[in-house]
Amino acid sequence: MVNRIAVSPKIEDARAESYFHVLKNIFPESGLTAAFAVQAYTIDAKLSAQELEKAGERLANPIIEAYAVGTIPEPESYAYAIEIGYLPGVTDNVGRTARETIEDCLSKKFADSEHVYSSLILFLQGKLSAREAESFARELHNPLIERANIFPQGKTIPVVVPKVKLGKPQARADEVDLDISDKEFLKISREGIRGRGPLALSLPAMKAIRDYFRKEGRNPTDIELESLAQTWSEHCKHTIFADPLDDIQEGIYRRYIKGATEKIRKQKGKKDFCVSVFKDNSGAIHFDEKYLVTHKVETHNSPSGLDPFGGSVTAIVGVNRDCLGFGLGAKPIANVYGFCVADPHDERELFRDPPSPKASDGQAKQKRQPLLPARRILEGIVKGINAGGNQSGIPTPLGFVAVDPSYRGKPLVYGGTVGLILRTAKGNPSTSLRARKLYEKQAKPGDYIVMIGGRVGLDGIHGATFSSESLSVGSPATAVQIGDPITQKKFSDALIREARDAGLYSSITDDGAGGLSGSVGEMARESNGAQVDLDKVPLKYPGLQPWQIWLSESQERMTLAVPKKNWTKLKTIFDRHDVEATRIGEFTRSGRVVVRYGGKEVMNMSLDFLHEGRPVNIQKSQKSKGPTLKSSQGRTLENSELQQALLEILARPSIGSISFISQQYDHEVQGSSVTKPLQGKGRVNADAGVIQPVLNSEKGVVLAHGYAPWYSELDTYAMAAASIDTAVRNAICAGASLNYLAILDNFCWSSSDKPERLYELKQAAKACYDTATAYGTPFISGKDSMFNDFRGFDAKGKPIHIAALPTLLISAIGVIPDAAKAVTIDFKRVGDLVYVIGETNDELGASEYSEAGKVPAVDAKKNMKAYRALSKAIESGLVASALSVGRGGLGVALAKSAIAGQLGIDVDLTKLQSSAKRADSVLFSESQGRMLVSVRRSVQKEFEKLFKGVALTNIGEVVQAATVSIALPGQYIDISLHSLTESYRSFFKNW
Amino acid sequence: MKKKPHAIIFSGYGLNTEDETKATLEQVGATADIIHLNDIIAKPSLLDKAQIVVFPGGFSYGDDTGSGKAYGNRVKQHLGKALEKFLARDTLLIGICNGFQIITSAGILPGALIANDTARYSDRWVDLEVQGSSPWLKGTKTFSVPIAHGEGKYYAPEETLEKLKSENAIALKYVEGETSKHFSMPPNPNGSLQNIAGITGYNGRVLGLMPHPERAVRFTQLPHWTFLREEYVRNGKQIPTEGPGLQIFKNAVNYFHGK
Repeated sequence: MVNRIAVSPKIEDARAESYFHVLKNIFPESGLTAAFAVQAYTIDAKLSAQELEKAGERLANPIIEAYAVGTIPEPESYAYAIEIGYLPGVTDNVGRTARETIEDCLSKKFADSEHVYSSLILFLQGKLSAREAESFARELHNPLIERANIFPQGKTIPVVVPKVKLGKPQARADEVDLDISDKEFLKISREGIRGRGPLALSLPAMKAIRDYFRKEGRNPTDIELESLAQTWSEHCKHTIFADPLDDIQEGIYRRYIKGATEKIRKQKGKKDFCVSVFKDNSGAIHFDEKYLVTHKVETHNSPSGLDPFGGSVTAIVGVNRDCLGFGLGAKPIANVYGFCVADPHDERELFRDPPSPKASDGQAKQKRQPLLPARRILEGIVKGINAGGNQSGIPTPLGFVAVDPSYRGKPLVYGGTVGLILRTAKGNPSTSLRARKLYEKQAKPGDYIVMIGGRVGLDGIHGATFSSESLSVGSPATAVQIGDPITQKKFSDALIREARDAGLYSSITDDGAGGLSGSVGEMARESNGAQVDLDKVPLKYPGLQPWQIWLSESQERMTLAVPKKNWTKLKTIFDRHDVEATRIGEFTRSGRVVVRYGGKEVMNMSLDFLHEGRPVNIQKSQKSKGPTLKSSQGRTLENSELQQALLEILARPSIGSISFISQQYDHEVQGSSVTKPLQGKGRVNADAGVIQPVLNSEKGVVLAHGYAPWYSELDTYAMAAASIDTAVRNAICAGASLNYLAILDNFCWSSSDKPERLYELKQAAKACYDTATAYGTPFISGKDSMFNDFRGFDAKGKPIHIAALPTLLISAIGVIPDAAKAVTIDFKRVGDLVYVIGETNDELGASEYSEAGKVPAVDAKKNMKAYRALSKAIESGLVASALSVGRGGLGVALAKSAIAGQLGIDVDLTKLQSSAKRADSVLFSESQGRMLVSVRRSVQKEFEKLFKGVALTNIGEVVQAATVSIALPGQYIDISLHSLTESYRSFFKNW
Repeated sequence: MKKKPHAIIFSGYGLNTEDETKATLEQVGATADIIHLNDIIAKPSLLDKAQIVVFPGGFSYGDDTGSGKAYGNRVKQHLGKALEKFLARDTLLIGICNGFQIITSAGILPGALIANDTARYSDRWVDLEVQGSSPWLKGTKTFSVPIAHGEGKYYAPEETLEKLKSENAIALKYVEGETSKHFSMPPNPNGSLQNIAGITGYNGRVLGLMPHPERAVRFTQLPHWTFLREEYVRNGKQIPTEGPGLQIFKNAVNYFHGK
């Protein structure tokens, strides 16, 4: 029995208005005059007419909405109606809430097979052609996850039930014959077992698997092979960082990343603040005697290219689980983000499939799986983090957008989560609960394996292996998951507020990449074995094959190890929080992972082989030729040209304001906000943020980011060094100190099987070691994504490969004793002295201003002195504003602090300690290690005294006049604050 | 020592500002428990021990089907009577942000909160002017606090608005003030009718408001505190520690201490 309830607004509807404006903006020529939106709920459940009425009453707020059962209220006249609903199996959060609402008001539970599906019906008025309606529909939906149906007025809108219908599952797993040729091995690796999707296993890996099963005296099952592919994937084992590269036997991760941390920790001795690094889902440092803070940054690139909204929700709620999955569960206290995207105006049309011989019209284009336009990718990503972060009640104090054409094929979506966790939980003598460390965990033999959170569907099958491949023909649509932040928030409350401190579980991890296969496989190492019964896993819909249940990446799930005696108590807590918790097996000490389905064993493998059996891949790099250094252009620019250049640069998306994002991400929830993402009267985006996470402690946590992917065009060593230097410098300017600063690395590379790219990677990793050890800033966690390539076709059908710039995001996290000492970037008062700290060299290579020239080099030894001096000055309360000089050089930095303070300046850059001589070089060179600060006059001496042996130049002062006046070698520029502000805000003005 | 008033803070289904609300109430001298909606439904008598009930901010049910609707309906169906009983005593109740959306959906206060005119979630500071009289708002005329919501436009039919006005129940209005001037932002962040930011019921004992006073309890939470700090430093003045939202919670505690 299927019924439909429609809820329509009785008053003006901002949502419909917004659709209208979006469409009108994109299709200004169309005759569209108005839009009306109706929310439809398709109810596939046995309900009486009376019950349906009751449900309708509940779903509508009578003050503002009306409901109709069985009919769709429509405007008197309209041209077309477009209905947008989800495809079968796609997470439908609105539908789920509607179902819970109806269940609650009728006091009855739906059967497992009964569902509510939401859809939106948009009525469009005006003179519109059928073709226009089709274009609107394309704009309004994503065909990978949604359907859009178009109806002219007068035509009934039929009821659609997007129910998942799968065949009957086999009660057994398929055997896979591995007695095959190399060619057949490679085919399986590429296309999967019977074309199910890529396994991405190398030939030696396939052969190792064959040999293992020969010893076992049988062929592997499909589920075993899938498990191995997932466990050994680049995504999960980080093979490129782990395996030998050239003469680096231990691999670049152990030598350069972990190696740096080990060296720094040793040097720090008693001052070492690292507590748990590289071994858990997040890295953790000491906060105070009671607490640790954790940090982890992830990327979710391939799925975000396909479904930007779903992909980025998943990015953020996924990394939240890396926080919840640290130790026995840390509370997420801040999210950070970074979007590397193409210019939203990039109009290139790209397709995943080649044209078929006969195709020519628009319909055929659709069939070629077009990539979403650059604009929609950014819009979707922004919305996704909004939904994920805001709904979870986690503040987002920091983020960035970086734009480059190379991100057109695959965007890079970084999401990070900072957590807070008590070191130890108190014991409770009455329950014989002992005090214990919360940052350590160990599943024990005999503990139940308990899955909590959402149910399992086909979502995200092959996510782990998929993200180890480039985005191309055959990228599986099921690779996309959509997050459900509220389900996660519900279990997060149950975990962090109750179950953890009651000591009810002994280990926990996230069901992320590889689903249960990943989480159970990982935790089984703690107890040395596991046994799982797949029949017990709750499913979204029937019909899943055993390997699908095991590998599914359906979101919002975590796996716990629960001692038998605690099961009832734990279950009660989750019931009260309305979260499913299910026993699906037991941890053992058998040394094997055993999985049963339908009463039969479908997997039985040695844990050792699963984790250690992957043959090492010996990698060779080859020095890339590298682009020949172009010398910078020799022409001297006129005043007006330099002024124009500065205004143009401020108007670019990598430099200009992203206030439309900062403002739609809640950065004040949890009451921890100290410095805001938008700073000063002029609301300029900052590159660092300070929070005060423990409400009755004055201590602050400083978060900062650093990235310089553009430098990779010239030199990846310089790129990585600059990324670290920038993150450190950003943190220092906000009030952090080098003594207490840790960093995280997130490498996003492309074509990483190419020796040249490996060479570039090695160089970048070496820079990480050199720079981090020089500053004494240990890596505490990291992640990599090595194949950010798009291989597809352009509009004409020509094959095309777009490789993302080698990109390294460095995230810094530091603890400061007094959050109230934090500093913001805005000039504060007329008369304050303006200083530049650090040397300006002729380093315009791959800069925002020019392609040619030398790429900035990092002199960590020199910079360190400057950073220490500035930290001291900030601690002593001498600094009114501080801004790290970054992309766009001093020109942009001066403009930003002035715009932020809405105050003019009069400065002379000819006084700078500078090897840069030309005016444009002085203004736009991106030399590292520089900071722009303002200081009140009364402390001038005290301030300057701190900078002995550091390049410090008093370049001028903050002035009353609303102009930015800059003297340069042989030139003088003078721009009104108003035009600078306008330019800075222009790019995303109407977003 | 006076007995501390006790507050119950509702939680569950995506509410998310319980911790900071609890910390604030404790800071000003109340005791507070965070209790899951289902636990209160299972045992409504829990409310008998409380003098203050808080429906805090958050994202109950992800705002799916409409903000506050699903949670509010659940409250109404299962706790309507218990809350009536609670309010029949001389008690205080506050709904903050999603909590305000919940208590209007549950019918505790009139009107509705609908999508912002921009149709987008917005986090910024606003300036409020106290209009009505309420124990929650004693001793304050104007103050600045942050908002963070996507559906915060107050809507009610004309007759409801008239009634609210005649009962002096329009408690808080968005006005041009310190922060909107400092940052050159429009005073009304969401298009609320008559610039309404909060209303009261039950003779002022129930306050519903979209802004978040619990996020404005420290000086360093102010959006321009580093700017203000320079003023204090240069004038040789002590830098304050408290923020403007704290008064609301102090008022609640004082209300019971005045008894």
